Amino acid sequence: MSDRALSVVRAGALTTVQDRGRPGHAHLGVSRSGALDAPAAALVNRLVGNPPDAAVLETTLTGCALRPRCAVTVAVGGAPCPVRVNGRPAPWGAPLRVPAGAVLDVGAAVLGLRTYVAVGGGVVVEPVLGSRSTDLLSGLGPVPLTDGTVLPLGAEPAGHTRVDVAPQPAPPAELVLRVTLGPREDWFTAAAVRAFTSRAYRVSPASNRIGLRTEGPALERALTGELASEGMVLGAVQVPPDGRPVVFLADHPTTGGYPVIGVVRPADLPAAAQAVPGTPVRFLAVRRR
Amino acid sequence: MSRRVLPVGDDALVVELTSGAEAEALHAELLRRRAAGLLTVREIVPAARTVLLDGLADPVRWIAELTTAEIPPAPARAGEVVELPVRYDGPDLADVAAHWGVGEEEVVRIHAGVEFRVAFCGFAPGFGYLTGLPEGYDVPRRATPRTSVPAGAVALAGPYTGVYPRSSPGGWQLIGTTDAVLWDHTRVPAALLSPGTRVRFVPTARPGAAGGGGAAG
Repeated sequence: MSDRALSVVRAGALTTVQDRGRPGHAHLGVSRSGALDAPAAALVNRLVGNPPDAAVLETTLTGCALRPRCAVTVAVGGAPCPVRVNGRPAPWGAPLRVPAGAVLDVGAAVLGLRTYVAVGGGVVVEPVLGSRSTDLLSGLGPVPLTDGTVLPLGAEPAGHTRVDVAPQPAPPAELVLRVTLGPREDWFTAAAVRAFTSRAYRVSPASNRIGLRTEGPALERALTGELASEGMVLGAVQVPPDGRPVVFLADHPTTGGYPVIGVVRPADLPAAAQAVPGTPVRFLAVRRR
Repeated sequence: MSRRVLPVGDDALVVELTSGAEAEALHAELLRRRAAGLLTVREIVPAARTVLLDGLADPVRWIAELTTAEIPPAPARAGEVVELPVRYDGPDLADVAAHWGVGEEEVVRIHAGVEFRVAFCGFAPGFGYLTGLPEGYDVPRRATPRTSVPAGAVALAGPYTGVYPRSSPGGWQLIGTTDAVLWDHTRVPAALLSPGTRVRFVPTARPGAAGGGGAAG
């Protein structure tokens, strides 16, 4: 392998390669996938001079450590965390030069959940259906990183943005998710629909890239029959038999048989990607645009 | 007419039809319109009795159009029938035979005698929900799903037949095994089965299964 590569010293709890995902294949059972906090992924790509579709690393909670075989420009963003190069503190949210053989340590998130690491040239693992994203539900794309994984890098872009620090939204203390009701709100009692849009929920620790699970009042069904399996969109709030809403994130299944009480505005999902377990959640009913 | 069109979020619609055949017809018509440049949409996802249109620029305009549009029956699918060689050796073959009230050999004869169509996909890349079994041949899911179903398992649930593209948990009744590769991302197309594909299962030898004491090999 050429010197334009990165070896993984510490993979962390869950670190995956992500880009903008592979939409357009839902009819084959392929989830869209892609970075959960897409604005954060786009920002770190911009900081290192990458095109917006370059693949970055998405870490979960505990960060990761990387050793580039060549000098690279990197930027770390998303969930704030300490950044070190060979043990010395380095900036978060700004472009940063890492010498060949040095260890870039992306520390545990101080706030939020998912940190993004862009490297100049991007991670150039073999694309699957036009995307380099790891899809945990479908098992497409590269497997999650393990210690010792070597990732090939693309050619260094001509230049990077000159900034001292790039502002990024703070992870939410309370997650407010605007939701348009339907298509299956009539499968729930009026009291359940009221509870859904007025009561407090919390982010469940069982959340993952497939769905943001919630804890809170169980939503009672008005119809008890089986719904025939139907297509699912990003942000769909599916209610399984336990009555606790699940918000579908990037790796969600493309069809499903539990009723969808509402759909979260996609613009609110990046914050959902950063909400740690226990974060209060409110579903705010909004009119369809 | 009882077709309903329900908004899903801000830029998607789900069209609810009264049968799987109608859903297939609408899916075919939507693909035709998209190919003709009459419809701009990111995803068209057929399912059991619905079709989802996701990523529509102007969903409101399409509500009226989809509610009233005349939908021609799905055109006969051109192209070949995909033949999947199967060993009917699944651990649930006897249970399925009991549900159908026939012998195991009859299950094979019935299942291999049907031309199936992929009504829709989901669950995993390359997993098709195949319809074609006559009414009365529904089977329930297993009460306790298996934690691991091997790749290539040919399975039944409800009115559908499916083949597991890769090893995964699953609650369908397993009746056989195929060596066919359902999904290969290095192949074009990656999925062997996509909505509308015609499929036949072709029985291969079942060593030791035929009455009369199993052939060698």
